[in-house]
Order: sequence, then structure tokens, then C-alpha cells
Amino acid sequence: MKTIAEIESIRKKKRKELDLRVNLNSDSIEKHILVCRGTGCTSSKSPKIIENFRKIIKEKNIKNVRVVQTGCFGLCAKGPIVIIRPEETFYAHVKLEDCEEIIESHICQGKKVERLLCKDINGEIVKKLDDLNFYKKQKRIALKNCGVIDPEQIDEYIAFDGYKALEKVLTSMNPDEVIDVISKSGLRGRGGAGFPTGKKWSFAKAEKSDQKYIICNADEGDPGAFMDRSILEGDPHCVLEAMAIAGYAVGANQGYIYVRAEYPIAVERLKVAIKQAREYGLLGKNIFDSGFDFDIDIRLGAGAFVCGEETALLESVEGKRGQPRVKPPYPASKGLFGKPTIINNVETLANVTKIILNGADWYASIGTENSKGTKVFALGGNVNNVGLVEVPMGTTLREIVFDIGGGIPNGRKFKAAQTGGPSGGCIPAEHLDTPIDYESLSNIGSMMGSGGLIVMDDSKCMVDIARFYLDFTVSESCGKCTPCRIGTKRMLEILTRMCEGKGEVDDLYKLEVLANSIKKSAICGLGQTAPNPVLSTMKYFKDEYIEHVSYNMCRAGQCKNLCEIKIDPQKCKGCGICKRNCPVHAISGEPKQVHKIDQELCIKCGTCVDKCPFKAISK
Amino acid sequence: MVNLVIDGKEICVKEGTTILQAALQNGIDIPTLCFLKDINEVGDCRMCIVEVEGRKGFATSCIQKVEEGMNIKTHSHAVVEARKIILDLILSNHHRDCLTCSRNGNCELQALASKFNVQVVEFEGERTNHKVDDKSPAIVRDFNKCILCRRCVATCKNVQKIGAIDCINRGFDSCISTTYDHSLNDVDCTFCGQCIESCPTGALKEKENIQDVWKKLHDEDTYVVAQTAPAVRVALGEEFGMPIGTNVVGKMVTALKNIGFDKVFDTNTGADLTIMEEANEFVERIQNNGVLPMITSCSPGWVRFAEKNFPDCLDHLSSCKSPHQMFGAIIKSYFAKKYNIDREKICVVSVMPCIAKKYECTRPEMEVDGIRDVDYVITTRELARMIKQANIDFCELEDGKFDEPMGEASGAGAIFGTTGGVMEAAIRTAVDTLEGKSMDKIEYTQVRGEKGIKEATLKVAGKDIKVAVASGLGNARKIMEKIKSGKCDYHFIEIMACPGGCIMGGGQPIKSSKIRSTINVAKLRRDALYTIDEKSVVRKSHENPVMIKLYDEFLEKPGSHKAHKYLHTKYTKKEKYDI
Repeated sequence: MKTIAEIESIRKKKRKELDLRVNLNSDSIEKHILVCRGTGCTSSKSPKIIENFRKIIKEKNIKNVRVVQTGCFGLCAKGPIVIIRPEETFYAHVKLEDCEEIIESHICQGKKVERLLCKDINGEIVKKLDDLNFYKKQKRIALKNCGVIDPEQIDEYIAFDGYKALEKVLTSMNPDEVIDVISKSGLRGRGGAGFPTGKKWSFAKAEKSDQKYIICNADEGDPGAFMDRSILEGDPHCVLEAMAIAGYAVGANQGYIYVRAEYPIAVERLKVAIKQAREYGLLGKNIFDSGFDFDIDIRLGAGAFVCGEETALLESVEGKRGQPRVKPPYPASKGLFGKPTIINNVETLANVTKIILNGADWYASIGTENSKGTKVFALGGNVNNVGLVEVPMGTTLREIVFDIGGGIPNGRKFKAAQTGGPSGGCIPAEHLDTPIDYESLSNIGSMMGSGGLIVMDDSKCMVDIARFYLDFTVSESCGKCTPCRIGTKRMLEILTRMCEGKGEVDDLYKLEVLANSIKKSAICGLGQTAPNPVLSTMKYFKDEYIEHVSYNMCRAGQCKNLCEIKIDPQKCKGCGICKRNCPVHAISGEPKQVHKIDQELCIKCGTCVDKCPFKAISK
Repeated sequence: MVNLVIDGKEICVKEGTTILQAALQNGIDIPTLCFLKDINEVGDCRMCIVEVEGRKGFATSCIQKVEEGMNIKTHSHAVVEARKIILDLILSNHHRDCLTCSRNGNCELQALASKFNVQVVEFEGERTNHKVDDKSPAIVRDFNKCILCRRCVATCKNVQKIGAIDCINRGFDSCISTTYDHSLNDVDCTFCGQCIESCPTGALKEKENIQDVWKKLHDEDTYVVAQTAPAVRVALGEEFGMPIGTNVVGKMVTALKNIGFDKVFDTNTGADLTIMEEANEFVERIQNNGVLPMITSCSPGWVRFAEKNFPDCLDHLSSCKSPHQMFGAIIKSYFAKKYNIDREKICVVSVMPCIAKKYECTRPEMEVDGIRDVDYVITTRELARMIKQANIDFCELEDGKFDEPMGEASGAGAIFGTTGGVMEAAIRTAVDTLEGKSMDKIEYTQVRGEKGIKEATLKVAGKDIKVAVASGLGNARKIMEKIKSGKCDYHFIEIMACPGGCIMGGGQPIKSSKIRSTINVAKLRRDALYTIDEKSVVRKSHENPVMIKLYDEFLEKPGSHKAHKYLHTKYTKKEKYDI
């Protein structure tokens, strides 16, 4: 149990010690080798790299160097990432055997290891982090500490104003004032629907009950989105602190973090963080001697997508089958075990402490009129810079895809971006300049969702994409309500028919009728948004649907039954490479003669297209 | 009070009323499928959706409460179209073999399809294919007809507090199943059959024994005897369009005789016999410091529940067999001897409101000298089907009479069919025995009524006798937990597995969700039984001349060695999951 003064003294001491983490011009004589220990880099052996660095430093008896594990730096495509502070040197794709050279050359001799330095998409060497376009347009609020602190050291969190917001709230604000600040900041739920957070809190506060709960929804189910995981892995204390603040604001003294078991690192970091916070008295009884009690426990989810839906989550926490309840009543009035419950997403909570410390006006000055602050996106698909980016609301899709994301690889053209994962829609090139906020995305048939952003190039068939996303929702439907259980399945059957070349014109009508009906009649968000990928692609890429059902044609060449792979006799030199590489022996031809593909045998895998050195084969 | 508008009609209802209730109270019918009042209010099927002005999606009328100023449309074009699609989707994954389904004509899905004029299923596609589970002697599950409304799940879990069934798998593969997908026969199911009563379609039904019975009836060598339980006569008429609670005992006897039964007896008489034995057992336990409280054992669903869930408390159960089993044993002994009929050639068919009795009659204990007490149990529903098969115009039948020599029953036997009835019947006899004289008081209204648990303290022979009555296994569990904890000071407890007693048994005519939410079916059937009792000349079992003669000529006295041989049984611990 630490007093306010003790925490402040830790903060001061540590902040000085860690100044080099955020200050390029720090006069520190120390150097910190930061190694990403997020899930991505961990799976490419970053723990071994840390171990190796430490071993070498010990062997060589080098002083004033510290190896630090951090959360994710965001640019996952470049992992494993090693950053050396204070100079911000960015080493990409570091291998175990590179450690020696980095220590020897960079640390001992002050010479950067050129070959390992990160390069931008033009092949230019990046001198320091902020030189990268990827980081330039970002504004990191939720991800502020990710990649800066060691998530398993509470003192490092405290150094960067950690638990200062909780202290401020408990010592100088009443619950109404807290809710007021959050309301005025304009913060909205980052889990998908964008409900104003302050309003949610005020509903729960108004409820009279002997018990209330705060739940952190860390059941990040959208495939492709991993911002919540990154926050939990990189800065777990900011979530704990925000939950305690929420607890104080609404009158709850118990919190639960519902996190999927597939996030073992996040779970471990949370466990460590909760233990440390309890040891410091920042969770538990009488926090900061204020009389306020608050504790947090972890509940593991089994990974069902629907459990991200708040009422299904409640059922799951209660130990029941994860399936939604009908709303109203909303959880704020009747939630966990029938008690008023606030359910906030990880990213939402990650903004809270900063709003408390910097004020509502500061936060409200970022973003658009109705969508304040920043949003973290998990950028993936056919884009050069795959990773996590945090941008102010109102940033256009074009800026994210082309400036931050570095555009489309392999010289291909942008075709669509899918936001909001399986619940969202596909946004075509014509809407690239749409400023990203809740309303704009919804107006063009998509949604913010949790922030998955998948970029697709022109090699993608949009009918097949719709089928792909629906396949996901069909298998993730909980089976409770009829429209979702059977309706989405029927939609998937229709789309599968279309992709197999068995679709009929009537299917287009059926698909649309079903989609619109499910949207209105399903119980929960999963069912209500499941048709979005279909409806949005039908809206923006109707021609492709018509081609599939009326002309048996797939312009992207993705639907195997609807395309033919052909050899251009003018270009074929008869080299035989295609013949040798065809996995089903569908290609025949004598050497130096034009080769032929047996369409009956061909499985349209495209291997020959890729292998032909003369570009004589095409879909 | 809350003011709102439904379909243009300004209405005012109590706060907390659901939209569905509010509409119903004002004569507006909203179709439902998964809704079962007080039991399953979950909004799964989406048939009851309505439009609320100013709201994006539809509202779920069976759950959502009315709010001040709401403007609701229950049959707008959008709502009707959405309901049609939902119905279409349900039908697209349904086998639709209505003509050969046991619920043909009494199926809520079929009724909706007819109401919505479904002539073609638009969204055909893959259908789930399940194996039919017919391993148990009582219940058949055909999940190809299941629409996943979960009324059965809620009944089993929330009313009976068993939870033998629940939803497994996800999405399109969801289905209702048991622990590890085993047969109902091998899990903690008690065969109470309340799930069948809840099922809107033919996914759950009794294991039919109609063909077996016809076969015996057509076999000249077999002497086929029918006996009918008290609750059957006040429900059978419903299957022929008569009002709920009509006593059709006369027509029922005539129908059974027309069908071809050689003798038709009344299980009410068997109930009198049970009281003779049970009251005697109770008095003995009281007088000899036996295990108390004593609990009745007429309800086989309850007995199976006790054997599976409270094996340490089985000595509290009366050793009496249930009335029809006792009566079966007497028919094949006393009656056979008296009428000189080869007892091996007698086939006893019990017509019961119960499906657990189908299981009960197969229990190995239920025989004397290798002769089964009862050969077949058919439900009220099955009897109705047999009457229809025999092309009998039931409503026009003349009243018939039960056969001698056991044609008479007391009013006490009649009320066996309702919760509290066995207790009242037993008290009538036990009080007379303990007081040593015939008491004038006959009616014990404290144990009547529909409450799940009823308690009463009676002054008998200067002693306080505390009794309790529980119906529904959820209530039974409460009582048993009390006994287990040692905090139970009752002397005598009546337990029936089905909420409301046998009149609401799993073999009774199935009532739609709408009827169940608007009519108190149990009360109508129960009142009919009390009317029978009231009109009876003999209202105490031990005053029934048939009983006096039976003991005189055959059984000697209650609790005699002979009585034990024919009328008593024992219970054994059963594994909850026999897998």
C-alpha cells in the first residue's frame, strides 16, 4: 500500500530515469534497447532476442545499457522490431544472430547497423521513428505508452502519469464531475456502435442498486483487429486505472475484464498488472485513502465472436452459453447478474485517463464534430504497411491507405476497403476521401466497428469477398434467433451458388430481401450487421454480381468455376515451366511448342500464371 | 399506468406490461412461436416483432415493456413481410411431413403457416438432419421437427429445474441436446414429459404404444383390461373439441368398450387402494417412530427424480406402488382368480395423463411372481387417437359404466389427479384411523389450489401433524434440500412431478401457447375433479365397499404380508448419467 506522496516520488524518480524513452535530446548516458514483446514479434522470437541481448551485455560487461520489453510499436510487418533510445534507431526484421552486431557496432562503437535499419516503401533508410510516413500522420492517445514502457513494470507506467488520473478523480472530483468531463470530451464507444461513453456512465450512475459492475470488453472478435490486444499487452495499467475511474463515477466497486483465452500474453500482462496494482493499493480497499474500494478480476472467454456483443458477454461472464439478451433493458440498468453494469471496450477505456488529465476540451478539439478524439485501426490486406495506426477522427480513408499504409503493393489498384470487419461494409474507391467517423462510415453502408481495416486490390472478387465474410458470421452465429441462424445461412448458400456459377438472376433479389430483413429482425448486433458486407458490395459492385449470375463471369478471376486460365500462343515459348509446376497435370505440350491447358482438369490455382517467365498465361 | 397507441387504438395499461400482453388485453393478436408465458420469454423466434415509431429495428413484443407514448404497429406491411420471411426460414429447415406427424392439426408452426398463407417456401436450402432418439420407453425426440424455440429447455431448466436438455453447437448447427449428446434415456431426464407439453411442433412426443394395444385387442387369446386415471376423464374431451374441464367419464368408458376392451376399470379405485396402504403406512410411521417425513410415491417422474438426485433420502418415500400399478397387480391376481381367467393371458392397459408411467410399468420391480403388473401405458392423447382410428363419434356416445367387481371409487380417489389431492385423500383416511372414528370433516382446503408448495398443520388426536404439498420438480427439489439439511419438520409430504399435478401431466392434451397464456387450464381441469369428489356418495377411500370387500376376500388388512407382495415396492439409487 503506497500513499499519494510515495507514488509521486516513484513517478518523479522513474520519469527522470526514463526521459530518454520519449526525449530524442535526452542527456542520459544510458541507452535503452526496446524490443517489441507484442504477440506478432513474440511469435517471431523476440523473447529469445531479449535474452540474447542481455547475455551479450553481461558477457561483455557493458554498462549503461538496458534491454526493455515493450508493447507493440504498430508496424507489425517489420517485426521483430528493435528500437534504440534515445536516438530512436529503428531496426527491422531483427534476427537472433543480429544481436551481437547491434551491440558491438551500435552500442559499443556508436555505428548504426545499416543493413538492419528500417526502410520505407521507397527503400530509403529511416533514420528515426518519426521520419516514417507511417508514424507522421498518427496521433497516439490510446496507444501512448505502447512501445514506450515495459508493461510488466508498474513504476514505468507511473512514470508517465500513471494512476495520476485516478488520484485526481479520487482526491478532487465527485462522480458527477467525472461523468461530466467524459461526456463533454465527446468520447464514444470504440467497440463498434459508438455510444457516448459519458451518457452510458450517467445511466448506470442514476440506477439505485446495492451492487454495480464495470466490465472491460476485451473480447476482440473481429478477425484482423488487434488494437485491444495491443493495448492490453503494451499498457495494461491504463485499462485498470480507467476501470477504477469508471467504478468511482458510477458507484461500482467490482470490475471484470472479459478477455479471450486466445490472447495469452495479454492475459498474463493483465494478471501481472492487477497483482502489482493491488500491491501498491491502487486496486483494493480504500484506494488513496479515499474510502473508495475497487477490485478487478479476469474472466476468460472461449473466443466466440458473439461474446463481444455486450449482452452475450454478460451471459458468458455469468457462466452461461454466450448468446445475446433482448435489449432493452440495457446493461446499464440490468446487466451482470441483473445489476447495473457498464461495459466499455478496451480502447474506449484507454482514452479515459488522458481525458481526465488533459481535460474534456483538449480531447474534444481532436476529431470531427460528432466523433471526437482518435481511432486505432488495424490496417491489413493488400497494403504496404500492415500494422496498427492511431489517427484523429476525420482522417480520410485515402490518408490511411496511401499515406500511412504506403499504398497498394505490386503495382495493383485499390478496389475496396472493408472497415468494421464482418459487421462492416466494403467501401469503394469513390469514397476514399470520406473522413472517417461514426456517421460518415454508416452513411456509406459500412461502420466503424472495432477498427479492422482490410484493404483489397483489384485481384479480389467482391462477390467472393461477401461470401467470405458471411461464411465467418454464419459460423459465429450463436443460433439463438431465426433470422441469424437460418437467414445468414441461406444468404451464404446463395452467395456460394453465385461463386460456383450456379447462381440465378432471381438470387440477387432473394439475397437483397433476406439481407434487409435480417438487418431489422435479428436480436443482436451480430445478426443485424451480418448482411452489411453483402449489401455494401451489392450497392457498390452490383455489376460483378450481375456478371456472376447472368454471364457466368468473374472479372477478378477468383471464382474458379467462372474463369478460364489461358495461354497466349503469341507469347508462349514452350519452355515447359508451367507444365512442370501444374499440380494437377492439366498442361500439355512439346518443348518449344505452344502449350495447352485442359480446362476440365484445371483447378484455376494460378500457379502457371505466376510461374510463366514470359507472362503468356493469364486468367 | 402507461398510455400508448397500438394499431391506432389508444390504450392504457399497467406499468411493466409487455407489448404482447398489452395488445392481447385489448383484443389485438400478435403471433408468437417461442413465447410461453412465464416460462420462455426470450424473443428467439422473432415472430412477435412489431414496429415502434421512431425506432430503427423491430421491437420484441413478448419481452419489451410498454413505454409512455409508444406508437406501435403490430401488422404493418414491413412487420408482416418480416414475419413471413422468418416463417419461411423456419419452414426451410423443417421436414414438413405434416400429414404423418402426431401433431397434425395441433401444431403451432402449422397454424402459423396456414395463417400466413404460405404456399411455397422461398428460401429453400440445406436442412439439418438428426437421428431420432427413441431409446427411452417414454419420450421420442425428433429434432428434424425442432424449430429451436427452446420452450422445452426453459420448462426443463426453469420450471422443473432439471436442465436435462439445452442448446449445443452454434449457428445453423445449433440443436437441443443432452449431456454429451446421449439419449434422454441415459441422462438426468425424469420422463415428466413437461417438455412435450411445451413443444409447439412434433419434435417431442410420447413413445406411442397404440399399435401394441391394437395388436392385443385383436388377439382372441388375450383378455385386455383397461384402467383409466382420474385426470384423463377431465381432459380427454378437449381432444374432441369439448370445453376444457369437461368430465367425459361415461363417454370414455363407452369408447373403451367400443374399441374392444374386455373390461374397463377405474384407476380411482386403485387410488383408493393406494390410500388404504399409504395412510396405514403413515399411521405406522407416526406410531412407531418411523422415518419422517413420509413422502408420497404415486408420481413416477418424481420417483425417478428422487432416485437420481436424492438417493440418500429414499427411505422417506412411501413403499406404495402407484395406483395403476397396484391396480394392475390386483387385476392379475384377485380379479383373475375371481373370474377364473388365466392371469398370464390378461393384458392390462393403463390410460394415463402421464408419460413417466410408460417408464414406470417397465421398471423391473413392477411385477409379482414374474407377472408384470401393467403391460402398456397409453396417454390421454393416445386414447383420443385410438378413438379416432376406431371411427367413433366420441361426442355422440352414450354414457357407460365401469365394470364390476371394481366399478366403484370414492371421491378421494378422484382428486388424486390434482396437486393436493393425494394428501387430502390420505388425510381423510389417516385422521379417521388416528382418531379411531369417522370424522365429519372431509374437505381440507389448505392443501388445495395451484401454489407450488402448500403447507398445513392439522390437529389429529391431540397431535400437530404438519403436511406439505409440492408440485413440479423445481418445488420438489426445494423440499428435498430442506429434508437433506435436516431442517424439515413435516410429517407427510405429497409430491407430484408435474406442476399442478396429473391434470397437467405430460400425457394430457397439448394446449397452445396462446391458450396457456389466456386460460387457466389447470384450474378448469382441477375444478372438474373436485366436482366429481363433491358429488360422490363415498368420499373416503376406506369407506369404499370395493375396498372393504377386497381386503376381506384377498388382502386381509392394509400392510399385510400379502398387501406388501402385491402393492408395495422399493427404490434404488440411480446414476444421474447412465453413460
